[in-house]
Order: sequence, then structure tokens, then C-alpha cells
Amino acid sequence: MATVETRALRKEFTGHTAVDGVDLTINEGEFLVLLGPSGCGKTTLLRMIAGLESQTSGDILIGGRVVNDLPPRARKIAMVFQSYALYPHLSVAKNIAFPLKAQGAPRESIAGEVDRAAKMFGIERLLHRKPRQLSGGERQRVALARAMVRHPDVFLLDEPLSNLDAKLRNLARDELKQFQRRLGTTTLYVTHDQVEAMGLGDRIAVMSGGTVRQLGRPQEVYDEPADTFVAGFLGSPPMNLVPVDGVLVGFRPEQLLAPGAPASEGVGPAVPMRFAVERVENLGAGRLLYGTLPDHAPDQKIIVSLAYTVHSSIEAGRTYDFRMHESNLKFFDPGTGRRVPARPLPARRSA
Amino acid sequence: MADPKKIAGGVVNFGVIAAFTGFAAFPFAWMVITMFKQTKDLLDPAHNPFVYNAPPTLEHLRVLFQDTLFLHWVGNTLFVGVLVVLITLVLAVPAGYSLARLTGPAGEKLGIGIFLTYLVPPTILFIPLSRLVALLGLQDRLWALVLVYPSFTVPFCTWLLMGFFKVIPKDVEEAAMIDGHSRLGAFVRVILPMSVAGLLTTIIFSFTLVMQEFVYGLTFITSSKNLTLSVGVPTFLVRGDVYFWGSLMGACFLSSVPIAILYNLFVDRFIAGFTVGAVKG
Amino acid sequence: MTAPALARPGFVERAAGVSDSARWLGRLMLAPAVLYIALVVAVPFLMAIGYSFSNVTIGTSTPRFVGLENFRNALQDPAFLKALGNTAIFSLVSQTLVIVLASILAIALQRRFRGKWLVRLLILLPWVAPISLGSIGWLWIFDPVYSVINWTLRHVGILGPDSWPIWLGQPNLAMASIIGVHVWRTMPLATIISLGGLSSIPQDIHDAAEVDGAGFFRHLFVITLPLVLPILLVAVLFGLVFSVTDMIVVYVLTRGGPFDSTQVLASLAFFKSIDGGDLSGGAAVALFLLPVLAVCAVLLLRLARRAEVV
Repeated sequence: MATVETRALRKEFTGHTAVDGVDLTINEGEFLVLLGPSGCGKTTLLRMIAGLESQTSGDILIGGRVVNDLPPRARKIAMVFQSYALYPHLSVAKNIAFPLKAQGAPRESIAGEVDRAAKMFGIERLLHRKPRQLSGGERQRVALARAMVRHPDVFLLDEPLSNLDAKLRNLARDELKQFQRRLGTTTLYVTHDQVEAMGLGDRIAVMSGGTVRQLGRPQEVYDEPADTFVAGFLGSPPMNLVPVDGVLVGFRPEQLLAPGAPASEGVGPAVPMRFAVERVENLGAGRLLYGTLPDHAPDQKIIVSLAYTVHSSIEAGRTYDFRMHESNLKFFDPGTGRRVPARPLPARRSA
Repeated sequence: MADPKKIAGGVVNFGVIAAFTGFAAFPFAWMVITMFKQTKDLLDPAHNPFVYNAPPTLEHLRVLFQDTLFLHWVGNTLFVGVLVVLITLVLAVPAGYSLARLTGPAGEKLGIGIFLTYLVPPTILFIPLSRLVALLGLQDRLWALVLVYPSFTVPFCTWLLMGFFKVIPKDVEEAAMIDGHSRLGAFVRVILPMSVAGLLTTIIFSFTLVMQEFVYGLTFITSSKNLTLSVGVPTFLVRGDVYFWGSLMGACFLSSVPIAILYNLFVDRFIAGFTVGAVKG
Repeated sequence: MTAPALARPGFVERAAGVSDSARWLGRLMLAPAVLYIALVVAVPFLMAIGYSFSNVTIGTSTPRFVGLENFRNALQDPAFLKALGNTAIFSLVSQTLVIVLASILAIALQRRFRGKWLVRLLILLPWVAPISLGSIGWLWIFDPVYSVINWTLRHVGILGPDSWPIWLGQPNLAMASIIGVHVWRTMPLATIISLGGLSSIPQDIHDAAEVDGAGFFRHLFVITLPLVLPILLVAVLFGLVFSVTDMIVVYVLTRGGPFDSTQVLASLAFFKSIDGGDLSGGAAVALFLLPVLAVCAVLLLRLARRAEVV
């Protein structure tokens, strides 16, 4: 177990900067998720920490020790790849034993360690099989067993769930979190999937354009996005951003309360806000409403999400009196995209 | 089902294939027929050459194996072949991996350069090489062939292996590096064991190329006992005006068909080597 | 929770060395092959060029620079001019035949049928078998007295009782025979390469053509052949390189005869330098192949690049 720290870490490829001065500290035993769209530099950052990519400048510290020039094998890390990267010519048992053998572990201890890892992931009966004879979920477990078998200081996981089908993914996510809790190993997890990030991370670092846009606990990042990128990237559908009097006003689709929906407690009073519904999408587990706010920004389309438990009848083509807790409104500078202090919502009655 | 146009197409198709197959295989079939024929049957212009007018005989093969240097040449060919294959593996395997993974865009150009050397024919090189061989005191010795033959096996096999290594996922060797190996260790422990098919292909093709080579053998080797099959059979079995057609055909057939069958198992990979870059997917 | 000491002491501290650096390891692994090729291909290649400008023979120890004399001599030598013409005829005719025949065969082979593997094996035989041995087979087939071709032609009545062609003994027939053997030998490679090209055309495209109502020949000339063209060109270029530089078929079948009617540059270079001892003259003759090879190489590279961009 160890901390991982990057200091002003940069990576330039010919023609573009993949990682642009990242300072990041992962605490001991923490599960940190790097979240961002493809091409944001998150995988490059992970690969630099692994030693698979050399940094252009900056420092990487693992356990307080600068590892800039150490090869991957000397960094006391384990990595799970998106493709799992199992050795196709070796049996499951030999795959799991591979890191131990590579490090020259005593032969007697290897079999025991392999069995222990296999048991932990419930793959004892697969030990004699070859990777190509395994299902996606089984491969993922083998990859995890291979990663943890030699007690690394740090786990690096590169989208390890993206090759599983949706049903399996939820299960695997839960298991993964439990293993990490049990082992208490410092973990860096790369994903573009916000659900994984929210569900797994002790903290989330949202990346874009090679920089960390925001670092914080999942709820914090969700509730208090630092800029419009984070606001737009997290949440499904994402935060509505409405230009009103020179600022961008943001609120989550589920924060606009339908007539008759119960108000939240402890967040202050709810103010009325009219919502012109243009289209209703029934998703089974809830409803999505597409429309505009005629009093504030009649030209800006917004999305409102109604929970299953909200039974108000809403029809397209009509305008309703919705409500909004003012404390839920976030304000952003339209130029820089950064958060600005909250202010009273200027109402602009056009009709 | 009984579309007459389709059936006609099928018949034409079958005819085309049969005609070409006959053209390709006829000389070999002819070798087989000839090698068991008695000489008096062979050398009678009145006899139908397609049938055995006299009972078949193994005499020609006996002569070939007992009274000629044929087996000696088989041995020479194997000797040169095995050594050239080894040299080729030692040089081409690391080079192919290096070009596929380690040298980047510069390596790509270098790889093309190496492949182009395969196009430089023995016809241009054999004159200076004969001088070089003489300088090294290797005239009329099999070692001359061992030295020179990799000049055409290495470029081609480097190119072939580069293609093989390129399609192995990078993840796998990176996993090995994280699991405790150096880059070199990952190559030796993971990439090589995964490339058995590629290595086998390389072995077969190097050996085939050695078997086919003629010009260098003809130029560097003078005494009959040091020849390889491809040179020995057409030169020393045809000496004088007397052609021992039965033995000659037996030698040709026995030296070419086994390797052809082996080669056939790997031919698709070989063709891929020729067309790398020109076809995608 | 502390990790048990699984690793050998000192293991982790081992710093990055050559075996970790992609750059240095790459150079190190490539060096032997490059060095070898430089020694056994590049150096002799330059030597060949050097020879062609000198008067070196098998006997001389101190060659003298003679400028373009060898090339001038070659160009004034009727045997050379004959060989140059023969090489052109021989390679152009044989490769034209190969393209046409190989395309037909490849298209026929596209269908699935039983025993395809055997057909493929048989068709590949001429390419895989050592050509010097295959040529001996043809030598027997073309035998002046016992030629099976003549026997068959006479017995089916094509040849009259007075005509008995000597395949390798009459100039035009000898050239035709040499071309025939070369077609036999290089067609398999072109066929298999074309077959690869054919099978890489997505079935969708064939289906679309079918739906659009293209008949067999329209389909062939508008869809299939244009799509296979780049790869067919690769096959042709390789075939050209192999046929222009080959001397084995000529050496085994005719030794360049009768009356130099089948002499090609490659075989002439051999007879001049090895049998005649005139190393510089032979080198000059062989170097006349270079422009053809260079053009083929450039075209191959172009093709490869274009296919990658597409």
C-alpha cells in the first residue's frame, strides 16, 4: 500500500499534448477514478504511472519514492487492461503464477498464492483452462487474480469492465469494490463511464484536454461541478445550462420539480418556474420532458427528468408551473466555463 | 436448382480448374510414370509413353540411391538448410520484432529497405560474392552456401515476422512488463511462445528457399560431392550424353514433392508476407 | 496489512537498463540483421557496380578502372543485344500470360468444392518445387526423340507423319518452350495472390452487384477486376522481378541455345563471368537488369503506400 503522486506531469506526443501538467495525489488505500471522454489523457496518465509511457516532464512518486526512471516491473504495481491481456498460451493457473515467477518468488509459495487468489475470485475450477476457453466475466476475474496475487502497492485498472455485457457489469462493479475494500490497496481506475465512476470511486478526478478539471468525492463532483465541462459530462441526461443575463445557469434535470412532486427538505424554499413541455418520453422507470423555460430562456432547450414516483399528468404542448430550489442552481461564467458565486435568479418575464 | 445457366457455369468452372491443375501437375505425374519404367520401355519411340509396356521396375531408384551421390546431396541440402534456418531465426526474429514494435516510423522505412534487398537478385550478386567466397577460402565448400543463403532468407523472413509480431496485441507484452519482466524478457517469455506459428512458417520458408537456390550453388561449388539437390541433380545426373531418365525423374520427384506438401500447410501466411501493405484486413 | 516478501531481495531496485529501453533494445535487436545484409547484399552490390567499371577477370589481382568500356562493349556485342531483346520478350510475354491465366484460375478457384486443398496443392507444386528440378521434368517432356507432347499430337492426328518439332532445338520453338515453362512456374504465385485479393472483397459488394442486376461479365469487369487490380499488380511485379532475373530455366533447358536464341541477360552474365572468366563484363551485363528492378521496387512501394492510405 502506498500513495501515488504526480507533480506537474506532462506528456507530449508529436503535435499534441496528451497530459498537460497534472498534479494528483492518491491517498493510501484510496479508490480514485479518472473519468473523462476518450482522448482526454486519462489513459496516458495511467500508462505513465505504470511506466509504460515515459513522461515529457514532471515527477511520479509511488510510496513517496520518485519512480520517474524505473521500468514498470520495478514500480510495485499491478495493472488490469481493458482487453485483460491474458497470456493466451498459458493456462489460467500459469497466468496467475506468471508475476510471481517473473519476480523469482520461491517455487513452494507460488502454488499456495495461486490457489488463494483463485479462491478469492471463485475461479478454482478454471485453473487448468486456457484463456480462449473462458467467458468475458471469467477472463476479467483471472485478470484481477493475476493482478492481486503478488500484493502490489498499487492497482491500475484501465476500463476493466468495458468488455462485459451490461448485466454482468453491475455485478462485477460491486465485486470489484468489495475486493478493493477488503485488500485496502491503493487503486487508480480509468473509465469513461460515469456510472462506474460514481459507484466505485472514493474520489473522482474528471479529466479533459489533458488536465484534471475537478477532483472530489462523487456526490461533490455531481452536485458542485467546478465548470461547465464537468457539469455537462456527469449526469444522464447532463446538467441543463441556460444562458440568463450573461451567466450560464445550471441545474440537474431531476431538480426541476413537477407540480405535485414533493419538495426536498433542508435546501431552502422552492421558487416557481414555468416549463413549456414540447415532448414527453416515457422510459418506463421515469419520464423525460423536453421543452423550454419561457420566463428565463425561451430559446434554450432543456430536459427534465421525472422519477417513477411522480404521477403528475404532463402533456406535450402545454406549460406547467414547475418549481426549483434556488440552492440547486449553479452559475457559470459563459466565457471561461468556471463556476461563479451564486446569485439571485433574474426573472425575465417576456410575455 | 436445375438452372441450366448455373450448371453450364459449373461445368466451365470445373473444366478451367481441371485444365490448369493438369498443366501444373503434369510434369510431376510424368516424373512418377517415368521413374518406374524400364529403360527399354522408355526409349522405344513406338511405345505408348502413358502406359507400362513392360512391367514397372524399381531399378532406377536403386541406381539413384546406391550408384549416385543422390543421398549425399540430400545430406548436404539438409546440412545447409538446417544451418541457414538457424542463422535466419537468430537474425530475423529479433529484427522483425524490433521493426514491429521498437523502432517506430524510422523502423518502418528501414523495414521496407530490408524487404527491397530481397529483390536484388543472385544474378547481380553472384559475381562479387564468388570473389568474396574465394577470399574467405570457402570455394567448393558447403560453408560458402551457409554464409550466403541467409542473404535472401533474412530479408524475407524479417518482413514476414514483422507482420506476425505486429498483430500480437501490445497489451500482452505490457502486462508482462508490469508483471515483472523487462521489455526483452517480455519478448522472450510471452511474445515468442505466442508466435510459434510464425516461427514455424519462417522455418519452412527459409528451408524451401534454400532448396530452390541454384545460382550460388552452381557458382561456388565445383566438386560433385559438395553439391545440394537443386544443383546436383540437373548437372551431375545429366553428365555426358547419356540421360538416365528414370533415375533423374525419381530424383526430381523425391526432392520436390515432400517439401511442397509441407509448404502448402503454411502458404497463406507466406502470401500474406508478399502482400503486406497492399491488402487491408 | 503488509505484503509478504514474495520477491527476491534486490529485485525491485534493479534499474532500467538496455533491456527496458525500447530505443536501445530496438537498435540492438536490429543491428545483427542489418549488419549481415550490409555485408552480404549491400557490399557485393556495390562491388558489382565497381566491377562493371573495371577490367577485373578471374585471373587479375589489380583491377584497373576502365570507365564505361564494359557497357560500351556490351552494347556493341550482338550476343548482348540479342539477350536484351530475349529478356524483354520472355518476361513480357510470360507475365502477360500469367496475369490473364492466373486471373481466370483464381476466379474459378473462388467457388467452394470438395478436394479444393488437393487442387491447391497441385497448382502450387510448380512454384514450390525447386525450379531446376522442375525444369528437368520439362527437359524430358521436350526430349527431341521421346517427347510425350509430340507422341500425343501425332496420335491424335494434329502432327503429320513428316513433322516432328524439336522443342528446344528450333529457335522460335525454344523461346516458346522457355516462356511456357516460366508461365508454369510463376502462375501459382500470381494465382494465390489474386485469390487472396478476391477473398478480401466484402461479400456485401458482390451482393449489391447481384441485386443491381449485373451479369457475370459486367460483374467481373466492373466490380471484381478493378477491386483486385492493386493486388494483381503486386503479383505481376513480383513475377516480373523473378522472370527478369531468372537464369535457371534457360540454363537447364537450352544453355541459351540454339544460336543464343534463348539467351537472356541473367544467363549471359553467368556464362560470361563464370564460364568465361570475364567478371567485369558479366557484372556490366547483370547491371542492365537494375533499371527494371528499380522501377518494380518503386511501383511496389507506391502500391503499398496507396493501399495504406485508402
